[in-house]
Amino acid sequence: MKQHSAMKPTNFPLKTITVMAIILSVIGIMTTAFKARVSPGGNPESSKMKRDSLASVQAFMDVYKVLMSPRCMNCHPAGEAPLQGDDSHIHIMNVQRGKDGTGLYSAKCSNCHQPTNVPGEHTPPGNPKWQLPPGDMKMVFQGKTARQLAMQIMDYNQNGHKNKEQLLEHAHDTLVKAAWNMGEGRTPPPLTHEEFVAAWNKWIETGGYAPAE
Amino acid sequence: MITLNVNQKSYKVDVDPNMPLLWVIRDVIGLTGTKYGCGVAQCGACVVHLDGEAVRSCVTKVSRAEGKKIVTIEGLSQHNDHPLQRAWQEIDVPQCGYCHSGQLMSAAVLLRENPNPTDKDIDAAMAGNICRCGTYLRIRKAIHLAAEMQRKGK
Ligand code: FES
Ligand code: FES
Repeated sequence: MKQHSAMKPTNFPLKTITVMAIILSVIGIMTTAFKARVSPGGNPESSKMKRDSLASVQAFMDVYKVLMSPRCMNCHPAGEAPLQGDDSHIHIMNVQRGKDGTGLYSAKCSNCHQPTNVPGEHTPPGNPKWQLPPGDMKMVFQGKTARQLAMQIMDYNQNGHKNKEQLLEHAHDTLVKAAWNMGEGRTPPPLTHEEFVAAWNKWIETGGYAPAE
Repeated sequence: MITLNVNQKSYKVDVDPNMPLLWVIRDVIGLTGTKYGCGVAQCGACVVHLDGEAVRSCVTKVSRAEGKKIVTIEGLSQHNDHPLQRAWQEIDVPQCGYCHSGQLMSAAVLLRENPNPTDKDIDAAMAGNICRCGTYLRIRKAIHLAAEMQRKGK
């Protein structure tokens, strides 16, 4: 474009420009990495708690225990089919995620999963929003280490495009809460929902740190 | 009183809103083409269309169907001439036949959304419809044939 050609760097020595460009991009990358880890898309100043990597990692380890329990992980599978049961076997009928996460053809989630639980054991648990993460944002939990999962949740481009406020809010989502109301015969997550929310908030508010590998 | 639209006809039924839709369709309205297999969404014998989706009517409360369009096997086509029904006849798919209203209703959603399904697509759509007589291979063949008929406008 014309404007660009007017800015030809003929007056600056090439070396200075290269050095400046490197310094600028290093600063740029550092800032992005810092923000992405601490406060995805949000304002770090809005934190109610102080940044504290030890407390943060400790809180995340409680969060991790919940997220890796079958009630959460079964719908965050590494493959295309959800998992089922306390042993996290592949969902019978090998139902598939589909593009938007609501299933495929005549095997859509809500064909069996009703807005509420069906009574009895081995019957479909229910929720009005029942689905898997969509095909273009799989948010896999299965097989992730604590560090990998923490980094994934703090990454705006891997967490369903949630900023800090939306992440905090997400702990109260009806489908997240469904993990504590899964119908008969299914072991609930290892913490209560209240304990989970407390750990989740603490993890994020103290800086959203990922545990070391 | 609950008003239901089944196969484009309106029915007023005096039932508990928690009654499974399957019970209402079979025992109250009297359309017995839809079958009861397991009662817990595991077999697919009870599939009907609810606003075009292949829901399992044994676990669907009748209250969920209010204000929606219900289609049962009796309403899949006017003269039993849906491409799937013709393909089913031509290939002679059923053995005892018990599972096949559910099979057809599931297959109809597949063909509507994917007019040219591969074997993999058929597996994804149909794996939840159990056939104790094991007619799976003929079901697969008939879905391919129906897709072909549908594409050729036959
Ligand atoms: S009777 Fe409904 S799925 Fe078996
Ligand atoms: S034909 Fe007998 S159950 Fe399918």
